[in-house]
Amino acid sequence: MKKMIVLFTSLLILSAFLGVMALTFTFGAPKMTDMDDYFLRFGQEQTGTNNQCTSVTFDFRGFDTLGESTVLFCAVIGVALIFRKMQAGEEYEDE
Amino acid sequence: MSRIVRTAADIIYPFILIFGLYVVAHGHLTPGGGFQGGAVIATGGALVIVAYSYAEVREWLSKNVLMGQEVIGLVGFIGVALIAFAFGQVFFFNYLNASGSLFGIPVPYGINAGELNTGGFVPLMNFSVGCEVWGGLTLVILYMLSGLEKEGC
Repeated sequence: MKKMIVLFTSLLILSAFLGVMALTFTFGAPKMTDMDDYFLRFGQEQTGTNNQCTSVTFDFRGFDTLGESTVLFCAVIGVALIFRKMQAGEEYEDE
Repeated sequence: MSRIVRTAADIIYPFILIFGLYVVAHGHLTPGGGFQGGAVIATGGALVIVAYSYAEVREWLSKNVLMGQEVIGLVGFIGVALIAFAFGQVFFFNYLNASGSLFGIPVPYGINAGELNTGGFVPLMNFSVGCEVWGGLTLVILYMLSGLEKEGC
């Protein structure tokens, strides 16, 4: 019974949220289009890529991809640190 | 795993490798790019790791080589972006675009057939990111597997 109430309430909140979103914003008609128009008009000539997503991620927003690569590198370093080979005097801490 | 799974993995692995490299190489023309292509290749590595035991895989997929691949990818990414200073431009400036040299064919505005030799430094970026993701994701799987091995699971 309690589970049903929780489920019903969360569904209600989710549908209200999505309904407001769907009624407020119309699909395919964004309010600000200056940046999109610039990318679509000049991106092909300025970066030489036919794929505009790649031209944005690797050229116009190159710093984003740099941060993303650094995050992946740090994640791998963290995994390597957790699963590293233990030294002789080093022990797993139990509990 | 059984002999059937191992044979299937042997047959499928080169095709996964080629498809991933294709996605990386055509990142500036078709949907995809360095990250997606690297992830595709890493799934091929995961397939081989699942099909064979860790003791066998450890000899083929060296952790040092994969780590070096990852480091080369990240350093290459930053290095390609840094070369722009040599041309008197800002960081991340696309100095190779429409230069006539490597990847330097200019692209007109509008619908066109697409040429592999375009894109400026974007293909180089794609290759370095693909190299890094390939090494990184395979390394994560290998390290987790070696941790399980140690616990005796």
